[in-house]
Amino acid sequence: MADSMFQQAIDFINREADLLDHKAYAEWLGLWERDGKYVVPVDIHATDFANTLNFAYDDHAMREMRVARLKNGESVSSEAQEGTVRSLSRFRLLDEDPASIRLRCAMFLSEVRLAKPLLYPANVEYRLTKTAEGLRLDTKVVRLINAGHHLNTVAFIF
Amino acid sequence: MTQLIDIENVTADPGRLVEEGRVHKSLYSNPEIFAQELDRIFNKTWVWVAHESEVAEAGAYKTAFVGRQPVIVSRDRKKNIHVLLNRCRHRGATVCEGKRGKTRAFTCPYHGWGYALDGELRAIPKPEEYEGVIDKQELPLERLRHESYQGMIFATFNEEAEPLEEFLGGAKKWIDLFMKQSGGYPLQVLGDHRFRFPGNWKIQLENTTDAYHFPIVHKSFISSLDDQTSEVFDFLDGEGFVEDLGNGHSVMVMIPELVDLEANLDDPIPERFAELAEALRAEGHDEAEVRRLVRAVGGSGFNLNLFPNVACSMAFFRVLTPISVDETEIHHVAIGGAGAPAPFNQMRLRLHEHFQGPMGFGTPDDAEGWERVQKGSLAGPDGWILVNRGLKRMAPSADGNPAGAVCSETGMRAAYQMWKRLMSDEAGE
Repeated sequence: MADSMFQQAIDFINREADLLDHKAYAEWLGLWERDGKYVVPVDIHATDFANTLNFAYDDHAMREMRVARLKNGESVSSEAQEGTVRSLSRFRLLDEDPASIRLRCAMFLSEVRLAKPLLYPANVEYRLTKTAEGLRLDTKVVRLINAGHHLNTVAFIF
Repeated sequence: MTQLIDIENVTADPGRLVEEGRVHKSLYSNPEIFAQELDRIFNKTWVWVAHESEVAEAGAYKTAFVGRQPVIVSRDRKKNIHVLLNRCRHRGATVCEGKRGKTRAFTCPYHGWGYALDGELRAIPKPEEYEGVIDKQELPLERLRHESYQGMIFATFNEEAEPLEEFLGGAKKWIDLFMKQSGGYPLQVLGDHRFRFPGNWKIQLENTTDAYHFPIVHKSFISSLDDQTSEVFDFLDGEGFVEDLGNGHSVMVMIPELVDLEANLDDPIPERFAELAEALRAEGHDEAEVRRLVRAVGGSGFNLNLFPNVACSMAFFRVLTPISVDETEIHHVAIGGAGAPAPFNQMRLRLHEHFQGPMGFGTPDDAEGWERVQKGSLAGPDGWILVNRGLKRMAPSADGNPAGAVCSETGMRAAYQMWKRLMSDEAGE
């Protein structure tokens, strides 16, 4: 029996997480709809991202530039970044229609800074579109539970 | 043979730790010096706490810090601004923990003492036990002296401090210029990015007036710009300068043609703002308005460093809060125009996100450099930080102040001379 659309979406999201942890950024860019948005809001209750300040509000061009910055060797913080490990769980289907599926999950991401592990817990919401070539990433909103306070500087992609 | 070595405790004397062109590395790492800084600098001089737009309406409040002391900036029902120590007069709990918001009163969560927006103590549960013991009028939230310039609110614990405008002195002209970037609308805070780095606060203070690092540390940011814009940011060989404005303040002009945003409105619209210009025209704004907004949208061509804790940095306020000798919190405060067309404020938000904040294309690389400065400051028994770049090539500015090349360390020297002046004052006055 074929996996349900919900299970396919979970598999897609887990793969996306794996690509980011392994810095396979070119492949990650390929998961996206061109008009898709990658958002890390400052205000975890915000919904009007265009008119509020975000940590990241990336369209296609900004995603490409962000990846270029992480990879091209010109950014000292990106060079020093030793890697991330993230774990996704508690998946919940929010809604589904013939064109798309929305779901959210818990994310625990850890990185090492100055020999100390740092933890970034977040609620992450995704909207995936259903296309002839399979699922595509249309919206990813990462709501860090510490977003309203202060972060450390970030040289990776949540 | 054992020989006693005569070790001089240079760290005991702040006046000796700052020379004209170098500062001792213990300024970054000695906890005793940090404690003295809180006392002699942050508790004695004017410290930026808010912009008036953050508490625009009656009942609005914002929490902030003066040094490490928590304060509330509030606007009462008569629209007067207050800066209040965030500490209940009963047992000392903070009475407000929100970042900003609106309220009718500040109520201590511990025993329910309630304070009005002006700090007056209004309510005490079960007051009968205090009969003949306390007088409510004598126990308001403690108020700090505060003054504003161009909407920037500064507070001080020092009743003897000179008036704010006197303290700002030569910096006022540059604050006036900075405020032009809201495109003819009242300047408004749009939000802020907050992050910490494991390093001393003065490393950030220096960085705001450090053009020398820009093409090195921010190479990846420059690579992400179009050719025309990256040329604008290629300013080290340009006509820019750093000017010592007195009292530790300095201005670093990186892009001289963007000093006055109300001038040269007929210049061609830069490529990167062509889409914005179209969006504004589509909304029905006339060409003069379009040009004014496009000219203002990218911010001013200079960083104005105001000692000790705020900078008007090109297109945003950069605020620093000392947490400990080796930890600092930074806020990058995004600004726009109150009531300005949405495409204008949206463009300002997107530009801010591009470079600023913990996920911007600039900040993480700055922080990497700062962390290494802090780490390096522990190396060796003795050592100095050089701030002597351009020392022998100074010339008076148009306003008659000491000035050096854009990539000189003139602004750092200005800040450290103020540091020395305040820290050498034994009485702390």
